[in-house]
Amino acid sequence: MTEQSKFTLPEADRRRFLQGSAAAIAGLVIGFHWAPRGKAAAAAVTDGSIKPLGETMNAFIRISPDNTVTVLSKHLEMGQGTYTGLATIVAEELDADWSQIRTEGAPANAALYANSAFGTIQGTGGSTAIANSFEQLRRAGATARAMLVAAAAAEWKVPPGEITVSKGVVSHAASNRQATFGELAQAAARQMPPTDVTLKDPSEFTLIGKNVPRLDARPKSNGTAQFTLDVKQPGQLTAVLQRPPLFGAKVKRFDATKARAVPGVTHVVQIDNGVAVVAKNFWAASKGREALEIEWDDSAAEKRSTDEILAEYRTLAKTPGKPARKQGDVDAAFAKAAKVVEATYDFPYLAHAPMEPLDCVVRLTADGVEIWAGDQFQTVDQANAARILGIKPEQVKINTLFAGGSFGRRATVQSDYIVEGVQIAKAINGEAPVKLVWTREDDIRGGRYRPMYHHSLAAALDANGMIIGWRHRIVGQSIMAGTPLEPVMVKDGIDHTSVEGAANLPYDIPNMSVELHSTQAGVPVLWWRAVGSTHTAFATEVFLDEIAQATGQDPLTLRRRMLNRHPRHLGALDLAAEKAGWGKPLPAGRSRGIAVHESFNTYVAEVAEVSLQPDGSWRVEKVVAAVDCGIAINPNIITAQVEGGIGYGLTPVLYNGITLNKGAVEQSNFHDYEVLRIDRMPEVEVHIVPSNAAPTGIGEPGVPPLAPAVANALMAATRQKFRSLPLPSKITSA
Amino acid sequence: MAVNFTLNGQPVSLDVDPDMPLLWAVRDEIGLTGSKFGCGMAQCGACTMHVDGEPVRSCSTPLSAVEGQSVTTIEGLQGKVAQAVQDAWVKHEVAQCGYCQSGQIMSAVALLSSNTQPSDDDINEAMQGNICRCATYVRIRSAIHDAAKTLRA
Ligand code: FES
Ligand code: FES
Repeated sequence: MTEQSKFTLPEADRRRFLQGSAAAIAGLVIGFHWAPRGKAAAAAVTDGSIKPLGETMNAFIRISPDNTVTVLSKHLEMGQGTYTGLATIVAEELDADWSQIRTEGAPANAALYANSAFGTIQGTGGSTAIANSFEQLRRAGATARAMLVAAAAAEWKVPPGEITVSKGVVSHAASNRQATFGELAQAAARQMPPTDVTLKDPSEFTLIGKNVPRLDARPKSNGTAQFTLDVKQPGQLTAVLQRPPLFGAKVKRFDATKARAVPGVTHVVQIDNGVAVVAKNFWAASKGREALEIEWDDSAAEKRSTDEILAEYRTLAKTPGKPARKQGDVDAAFAKAAKVVEATYDFPYLAHAPMEPLDCVVRLTADGVEIWAGDQFQTVDQANAARILGIKPEQVKINTLFAGGSFGRRATVQSDYIVEGVQIAKAINGEAPVKLVWTREDDIRGGRYRPMYHHSLAAALDANGMIIGWRHRIVGQSIMAGTPLEPVMVKDGIDHTSVEGAANLPYDIPNMSVELHSTQAGVPVLWWRAVGSTHTAFATEVFLDEIAQATGQDPLTLRRRMLNRHPRHLGALDLAAEKAGWGKPLPAGRSRGIAVHESFNTYVAEVAEVSLQPDGSWRVEKVVAAVDCGIAINPNIITAQVEGGIGYGLTPVLYNGITLNKGAVEQSNFHDYEVLRIDRMPEVEVHIVPSNAAPTGIGEPGVPPLAPAVANALMAATRQKFRSLPLPSKITSA
Repeated sequence: MAVNFTLNGQPVSLDVDPDMPLLWAVRDEIGLTGSKFGCGMAQCGACTMHVDGEPVRSCSTPLSAVEGQSVTTIEGLQGKVAQAVQDAWVKHEVAQCGYCQSGQIMSAVALLSSNTQPSDDDINEAMQGNICRCATYVRIRSAIHDAAKTLRA
């Protein structure tokens, strides 16, 4: 499964992508691409990508005669609340009434809807949606507002400066005239957009920072929200694909006789990644798939077990890796250390397991192809689909629907599930629109996991227990190697996503070496909610507590002493500690652990409170989180994302990851790849650090501190070491 | 042979493979798509429907098993319990991606139909079969308590 995509990025975009995905985007207000209304919006209307309902004010705003304002979201709504957040930014500067706001997914059109953190690529990820849209959408809202004012001024023959706008009503007090946005829309759309607009001072915000209600709450509570699985095009067929049993195996030959005999099956076709059964409905397609007889060629397949791979990683960690960070003289620090602490940590492969398994609908049309998906990487998916069909990317029309979760899974540079869908549609000559459905088994066994990693750490301590030397070796597969992003994301052998959170460790340590061994394995890997920080936060923050314990220091005090140059880490840490009552006595059998971590420019500290039973069983009772994500656009959504991040992060703490036996994935569904259920969900308290800094993302940053905070709480209670995930379900005394 | 049952109060007759799971019969043959597919093996609850008032995993219920019975999906939910639950879901902004929520709501309505003062343990027991990968569990719990309060008022 190392299909090479022909999709390549221009050099400038690669650099942008690097900046955007790197956890260290400096100053998130990156220059935005402002499409002048006339030309760009008109183009979008004529190519059919914007429904010409109502008046198009610019690429992001449409105002209907019925007075509704539709905000076009260039980002995928996969649960993170981005539709609401982005619309809030527009509504704020537009001075709209929240009740008139609607949102819909923008069409695939990178000229208008690129994620500026990714250069000229339209896509969602790296917790960048709010950060890269903030300036852009404020300007879009303010520009449309100015056009409404200009229209009113012209009609009422009054100076625009005397006109006010509030809650969707444009007024001229002196002449006692008022008009709604809907009434003015047509005239406003004919106004020249101003070249410059004044944006509000944050003190004037009336929607930003308030908990405006989520726009998708009702449709997601009555079954009407539309997901890809719900799409039904006329004549549509359903496909399921039999993929190879081992990563890297290929179809040698197959016999479709029995599959074709299943009533309802219409086609059996071979594509790059297996044999697809196409049928009138899902049930017939899956019965057809069961009846397939396929012989596989596994000569190039990965046949190792995860145990063997991990053993190789452990051996590798004994040798120096490529430098990801080097400062001071680490050898000298260890030579003069009063004490040395060492530890190794192991992390398994993890599947994303979004609630809606991957799916897409593909319809070949006279002038190209139309795709429906919870699409996370529109520009990349357009390029990959176009390549298969021999058409231009702009002939690939993508309808982005709600995604039933993603956690990174729907954005791949190979467009895996989109490519499968397009290849199947092509293989049946476009006879019917095809919906490709992955089953849960396909999902769990389908690869693109969070890579397995091994970490080895050593700290040199002086006589006072201060850390004077730090050596951190990371061993694991690169997510970026072998993809079109390798030339930028992998610099001097260092894949940024393997070391983020470790190479930029904030603690004041004079001599540091962070090293990486990027390994080769035939298991496809991918970014998983919070990417590198899913393992680097655990290794560094748990190791720090081991040092604290070895030197008799309080874990909070130790961290505070080393964060003098990182006030935002410190702010989050102090707030979490204060709210959790750090240092205050707890009932018997309870203990606390703390961890702080920055990812995607958002700073999160979490204190986990754990209860331990005499029989060694334990549970996480409560988590107190403090978050600094700059200006909080919607505190309630931020809170929800941190609650969800904690729940998502708890799954690999409690349950096994993906394991391979002779190359075959041993798990298949939620019975053997267990995920968090309601009974193990802790109470969660989220506190937001007040800030006027530019807003940063919140979809991922709640995840990383959870696992180390829990392990640290257990360490505090038991004085045992916890050096791999999942943690033991019962702690037996050492 | 056709299978006859009542769906959201309407009689239906489906002449398809009687082994076809109820979920896919309702989604693909009848076209009601509020009930979701998450696992296909009664592990996640995304497909939960009520059969004669009881919550059932429709992905693992063959169509033939509902012959003569009354099936309710999220589209057919009615009554004050459903109203209280759905309003609480909106008020607490439970949904993130929303994909699991039809199933969550069907399970919550079944719970509150028989117990308007559920303890946290009752909630755990009734809702344990419903996975939410967005981990909206904190809000599911508070929305259920809130809906229960509305129903008791
Ligand atoms: S789809 Fe029925 S329980 Fe998961
Ligand atoms: S809201 Fe996304 S799975 Fe529950």
